[in-house]
Amino acid sequence: MASGTFTPVRKWLLLPTWVTIGFFLLLPILLVVVYSFLTKEFRGGVDWTFSLDAYDQFMFDRGLFGDEAPSIEWTYITIFFRSIVQALIATLFCLIIGFPTAYFIATRPASSRSIWVFLITVPYWVNLLIRTVSMKFLIRDNGPMNQGLMALGLIDTPIHLINTNIAVQLGLFYSYLPFMVLPIYASVERYNFALSEAAADLYASRWTILREVLIPSVKPGIIAGCILVFVPSLGAFLAPDLLGGAKTFMIGSLIEEQFKGTAGNWPFGAACAVILLTLVLMALTLYARAQSKERAQEQRAG
Amino acid sequence: MPDAAVSIRGVKKNFGSFVAIRELSFEIRDNEFFTLLGPSGCGKTTLLRLIAGFESTTDGEIFLYGEEIEKLPPDKRPINTVFQSYALFPHMTVAENIGFGLRMLGWNATDINNRVEQMITTVKLDEFSHRKPAQLSGGQQQRVALARAMAPQPRVLLLDEPLSALDLKLRQQMRAELKALQKETGITFIFVTHDQEEALTMSDRIAVMSAGELQQLGTATQIYEEPANRFVANFIGETNLIDATIHSVNGQQVVCELPGGFLLDARIDNSTAVNTGAQGAVSIRPERLSIVAPDTSQQPTNHQGDHSLLNATLIDTTYLGTDTIYSLKLTEDHNLSVRVQNNNALGSKAIGDTVTVCVEAAQFLAQ
Ligand SMILES: Nc1ncnc2c1ncn2[C@@H]1O[C@H](COP(=O)(O)OP(=O)(O)O)[C@@H](O)[C@H]1O
Ligand SMILES: [Mg+2]
Repeated sequence: MASGTFTPVRKWLLLPTWVTIGFFLLLPILLVVVYSFLTKEFRGGVDWTFSLDAYDQFMFDRGLFGDEAPSIEWTYITIFFRSIVQALIATLFCLIIGFPTAYFIATRPASSRSIWVFLITVPYWVNLLIRTVSMKFLIRDNGPMNQGLMALGLIDTPIHLINTNIAVQLGLFYSYLPFMVLPIYASVERYNFALSEAAADLYASRWTILREVLIPSVKPGIIAGCILVFVPSLGAFLAPDLLGGAKTFMIGSLIEEQFKGTAGNWPFGAACAVILLTLVLMALTLYARAQSKERAQEQRAG
Repeated sequence: MPDAAVSIRGVKKNFGSFVAIRELSFEIRDNEFFTLLGPSGCGKTTLLRLIAGFESTTDGEIFLYGEEIEKLPPDKRPINTVFQSYALFPHMTVAENIGFGLRMLGWNATDINNRVEQMITTVKLDEFSHRKPAQLSGGQQQRVALARAMAPQPRVLLLDEPLSALDLKLRQQMRAELKALQKETGITFIFVTHDQEEALTMSDRIAVMSAGELQQLGTATQIYEEPANRFVANFIGETNLIDATIHSVNGQQVVCELPGGFLLDARIDNSTAVNTGAQGAVSIRPERLSIVAPDTSQQPTNHQGDHSLLNATLIDTTYLGTDTIYSLKLTEDHNLSVRVQNNNALGSKAIGDTVTVCVEAAQFLAQ
């Protein structure tokens, strides 16, 4: 532990950070939680009366007039489940492409690495909405991708991608790939390549070196990348809205709808957000627990 | 004659336009403790990496027990390495590190356990088998690296400055242990160091390298007593290098003329042929010089008898406890350093005194 001498100084220096976190992160979350327990106003907004209606609507189906015996409401659970699967697939997709990319960049000569990193981030200088719209333009039935493929004679009829899961996946992948590449790149760059040589010296094949030496060594970067892709993919609404259709409806769009225009239901949107947040936090906590248990075991072994 | 363990034949290695190994040819015998000795940057690690297969040669061949190994990747060569930085797998325990090579070779779990336990005992790490490398001291990590490389019983073990990160005491202890381990296992050791003392104390044979070239290959005694050239004479131990001209030749014995007109008996090594008048230098070890009582009957520049006496002026003394170093001036441009054991027989000498020194052994170096 650091000595106590500088502690008072440090506290003051951190004040702006705490104010920012409190004002822009904790306060909004608190507001969302509070809103989820209020009664909805008909034209958007809330009525300040405590109510569990939002959560009830999420979980239970009480018939059209709310007078039937409650049964489980599957609509929203299905949307949540679909979103989680979509986000997992997007994460996996980003990992499969992102890991070799990061490895490639980290193994370039030091002088050219920053150029590669720069190239990876270039598309992100353009607004996400515009990028997603241009993706839609690229992959639509009579867009440049299909026209190109048909001109080359590779296909006869356009590949229909718009409004499919694949389009949404493409959108998510394109939106969040750098979040996977950058943390993995950072850990591969710190990786001691003598370890790979040592493994080869001890009769390990290339595949074994990757699996047993490189990946365990850069695991923190891989996990950071997965979290950074999974979390925003789960709540994404631009890609599902623009590239997907009714069948690919995701949590992000569900929440967005509740707050848009006058048709929305703020407490219900807030409740969805709270449920989403809870799920994510639970997953991260479980992971952190497992990590610290692993570390504790290492320490005990020592 | 059995095949050499490793045979280096005309090996060259360039990195781009940079020449790391100019051209090397020599053989390392089976069961030998062979040392590559040379200053930092002379290409020792590069040669080890070529033998291990991490780099490929620019030209020339490397044979392992009579077999050309150019095409074999590192994981197919029956050679293991103790890396300079140890390169222990940080996420594996000591036991897992040591067992890694065995697992890769497809040994079954029982055999691996037995062998790992045996190795752990050999390197005295019994209490540490479940620790991660980060929880070990430098010396302990070094032992793990050694055990890991020796566990698969390689035919040749490469050690890249394995002791350089340890403190002096531990280093001296590890020298003896390494040497004993080599004798015990009979594995051919190729040991890299820039520390001449380490090389002299441990090796069966030493290859002295400089700037990607072999300077001399021989036993510790040979390279110390009969250095092949100025570089070796200077690099191994302390020496006096004095310009000299050949006065007469008699087989391996020569008489050479030193500045100031002194004549001195010296040897030359059998690979160099010299003629009268050849220019070079003599190397005289400070401990092979002694200060003697001035003998009036013997002229220092006596041509007829024993050419071993020189006259010089004392300019400085350094007391070292067991020994004293006397700095002498032979001529304006040439100094001599004499190392004498302190046994009080010498009497006191004052700065500025003229003293007579007796040369017990000198080596003429043509280059
Ligand atoms: N991969 C490489 N690329 C370029 N130069 C290298 C490379 N590896 C080694 N060298 C150069 O080759 C020379 C010999 O290096 P090395 O074999 O590591 O020396 P030593 O181990 O004797 O200290 C050094 O000048 C070093 O800079
Ligand atoms: Mg080296």
